[in-house]
This record gives sequence, C-alpha cells and structure tokens, in this order.
Amino acid sequence: MSIAAKTVSGTRLDLARVRADFPILEQRVHGQPLVYLDNAATSQKPRQVIETISRYYEETNSNVHRGVHYLSEQATNEYEAVRTIAKEFLNAADPREIIFVRGTTEGINLVAQSYGRMHVDAGDEILITAMEHHSNIVPWQILANERGATLRAAPINDEGELDMEAFSRLLGPKTRLVAITHVSNALGTINPVRRIVEMAHSWNVPVLVDGAQAVPHMKADVQALGCDFYTFSGHKVYGPTGIGILYGKSALLEKMPPYQGGGDMIISVTLEKTVYNRLPYKFEAGTPDIAGVIGLGAALNYVNRLGIENVGAHESTVLAYATAAVSTIPGLRVIGTAKEKAGVLSFTLENIHPHDIGTILDQEGIAIRTGHHCSQPVMQHFGVEATARASFALYNTKEEVDRLVRGIEKVREVFR
Amino acid sequence: MSDLRDLYQEVILEHSKAPRNYRESPTANRKAEGFNPLCGDRFTVYLTLDGESIRDVSFQGSGCAISKASASMMTQSVKGKSVAEAAKLFESFHRLVTGLGHGNGDAELGKLTVFSGVSQFPARVKCATLAWHTLEAALEGKQETTTE
Repeated sequence: MSIAAKTVSGTRLDLARVRADFPILEQRVHGQPLVYLDNAATSQKPRQVIETISRYYEETNSNVHRGVHYLSEQATNEYEAVRTIAKEFLNAADPREIIFVRGTTEGINLVAQSYGRMHVDAGDEILITAMEHHSNIVPWQILANERGATLRAAPINDEGELDMEAFSRLLGPKTRLVAITHVSNALGTINPVRRIVEMAHSWNVPVLVDGAQAVPHMKADVQALGCDFYTFSGHKVYGPTGIGILYGKSALLEKMPPYQGGGDMIISVTLEKTVYNRLPYKFEAGTPDIAGVIGLGAALNYVNRLGIENVGAHESTVLAYATAAVSTIPGLRVIGTAKEKAGVLSFTLENIHPHDIGTILDQEGIAIRTGHHCSQPVMQHFGVEATARASFALYNTKEEVDRLVRGIEKVREVFR
Repeated sequence: MSDLRDLYQEVILEHSKAPRNYRESPTANRKAEGFNPLCGDRFTVYLTLDGESIRDVSFQGSGCAISKASASMMTQSVKGKSVAEAAKLFESFHRLVTGLGHGNGDAELGKLTVFSGVSQFPARVKCATLAWHTLEAALEGKQETTTE
C-alpha cells in the first residue's frame, strides 16, 4: 500500500515519513499489509525509541543514583533528564512532582494505597464514574473495603457521556477523593476534567485523573486542568511497556507516606529507624526501569517534535472519516457517540459476536481489540457482552479505514 | 479465506444461528456456569443425570459463533451417553481443537470433526472448549468454571 505524503488534508503530519519511523508497520500479516488499529491497547514504537533503548544498553547501562563512576553518572543524567521532559510534557510546576511508575495502574494504586490510606476512613466516600477502566475501579474497591468506606460511581448517558448533574449530586461532605478518566478507553469519550476539578475542589476534594487514553491524543496540562494527580502509561504514547508517570502536586506528595520500601527511597536506615528520601525518590523504591524511562523520554520527544496538536487533529480527521464510513454498514451500531471523542471507534454488528469479527479481520491483516476492554460496567450500561474496537494513532490513514470497512463487509459475507 | 472457511464451516454457522437444546431444563439435577473472563462468553449447562447416564443436557447463554455452536453440538453429542463416555469424548475433542490429532483409543467424534479448523486459531480454542469445560464442571458437581 502506498501512502501519499498528503493523504490527509488540513493537518501538518507527513504521514509517509511518520509511517517510515515505525518498522513494525512494514509487516504483512496473513499475507496482507498490517493495519494496526489496536492503539488504545498499546501503540507501536518508532525507530527513535527502539534505537534509544538499544543505545542505552550498548553505551550507558549502569545503575542510577549510586555510582561515582562515569557510566553511572551518564545513566543518572539521562534518567533525570526524562523527569524534566515529562514535567514539560504535562506542564507540571516542578520535576519533583514527576514519579516514575510501572504504568497507569501502578500510579492509581500508589495514590490509593498512600494518599487513600491516610485520608479515607470508615463512612467516607470515593467517587468515580461508570466509564472507568477496571484499573480505576479495583484499587478504590480494595481501599474502600479496607477502610470501611463507600465507592460511588456517577452514571453515564446513552451517548457515553458523564451525567454531570448526577456527578455533582454524588459529590459531598463525605467525598474524600474523585478518580476519573480523562478519555474513556472503551468509548473514546473526553471528560470535562477542568469542570470536574472545579466542582470537586469546591468541596475541597482532590482529583486523580487517569490519562492513559488522553496523552496520546491531546495536550494534558495539569496546571490548566487543576487536577491533583495525573497518571499515564508510556506504552500507549509510543514508549516502552513497563514505565509510566504519576504526577502529583508537591504539597500532597510531601505529606504522603511511601508506597513501597527499599533502596533509593531512603536517606538513612538503621535497624530501628529509616529516614525517607525527599521527593520524588521517596516513591521510587529499588532500581527503576532505567532503560524504560530513557525510552519514554525518546517517545515524548518524538510526540513533541510532531506536535501533539497536529497529532490530535490528524486523528480526529481519521476518526470522523471512520465514523462516517461505518455508519452506512447495515446492522452496525457505534457504542459511544459522545460529542467530544478521541481515538476510539467501538461497535457491534447485529447477530455477529465481536470475537468472530476480530478473527475474520485478523485474517485480512487488520488488528483490532474485541471484548469488554477491561470496562465491564460500560458493557453492562450498553447491554452488550463485548464490542469490537478500532483505535487510532498518529500513523493511521484513511486508506486503512477503507480496509477496515472492506473487512467488516467480509465479516458480514461469512455470516450471510 | 480458506483458513476462515475451515473455521467457520456451514455446520458451525448454522448451529450458532439456531442452537439446539437451547433452553433451561426443568428436570435438571446438575447445573454449572462457564465463564470466559477474557471475552465475557458465558454459558449455563443444565444436566439431567440418571445414575451414570446423561438423560438430558441443555444450555443457555451468550458467546461467539464458535462457542455457541460448540455448546449446541456438545449437547447433541453427549445426550444419552454415560458420564465416562462423555469425559472421553471431551478428551478427544480437546485433542482435535488443539491440533493433537486423533489418537489411538480416542472416542469417535462424528460431526464434531467440523471443529478441526479451530486448531489453526489458537486464540479460539477456549471458545470451542468453554461449553465442554462447563459440562465437565456440572458432571463433577461444581457450580462454575472459567477458561482463560
């Protein structure tokens, strides 16, 4: 498949060049050029990230924050430079507010176990929404069970948008924390985070934002959003797996107890007493994923160079094109029709299970996700067991959407 | 496409659209629920055991074409068999869908051989075996089972 440099008008991405950065996209699957539309699960990695990680292992590999020798100093410098890149990526006020974690899931668990245990007691409430990923439900259930607190979830409407009125009614003097997704992984809905933060802050309630599905598509400016915690995974934004970022306001992080104990998170240890390290190291016990952090830095630089606004504009064009294209397919129902959406097209086909759709599309070289997307409450709301989900990244094209549409026609032929 | 036709054989598509023994059973004395947590497929198998003999078997639930057709054809093939025969049939069926072929002493699979194409789709083996695992759980008197 040849892609002209200007397949998409109105955006400033040179698609042919961008696609050439991703070696995996040259692959054929079942004899067909790969169409990778499972980006909400994980994105592919550009050469710049892959080469940065190889180069780190070939030239710099050493432990950080420990050695007096040359390599350790180099590794520490490169590692800490990424903290500054991440600080700028999220527009945090201070690099000490950037904690390296394994991913969004660990970021949420850290806040639940550290902040949550300190501030949530019997009779208190934690407020989430009905569109959360399981990783923004289960840590709060564990905390609520442990503390005798109650977990409440604000409902969504049939478009897959948060019911803001219900949300505001559920906020109150008992609420200790709001945890909400920035963009829904199953529906693509963009939540009005700024308004949510204002509402929560009017009750003096801090807000954690799950940014896993947002940062690949839009600017996440934590100071503009006003949120207290923001967390995302590197692998969904063109970085390696196993690394992510937790942002927290320093005033909150300072008072929070450590999440895990170990090396690097201490100033001094005796068998009787330990003095914890300052921020951010208090929350980074043990040897971190150094190569992962440095790879993530390369990924964020890559996105910065293209410009997240350009990326988002291109993806919006592709999503709008895809939404219009599938709407003509008989029996196809789009799940999640919010006015503000990013990156995700979830759908069902009448009388055809999403798994069968996934298998048949795979034979056409098209990778999508099928299932409940770790969002069973969302599936329950729409009365479906599962959906098929195509999710878009900066390298996807309208031609690929055309292949998807032809693939869906093929599915319907098999089941005719 | 040839691989796809191996998987989605006419018999399988037909059973998935019009599953046999798709009902609750008033006489059932065993019941188990099978759940695949990864994809959300969920079936209940109802079993009427008369000593060691399977007098009636039926099912209800939701899932993909492969899992539904497999459940439908499972009910047809074990009805009237003994518990030991059904267990042996599952063993043979499992070998078939995992591509281990037909071994010596394997039970006669009959119409169930339409599922041989599943072996080319490892991700779908769990779909084809969910109803069988659920049957096994019901025979063992367990309330529920999962496949992953």
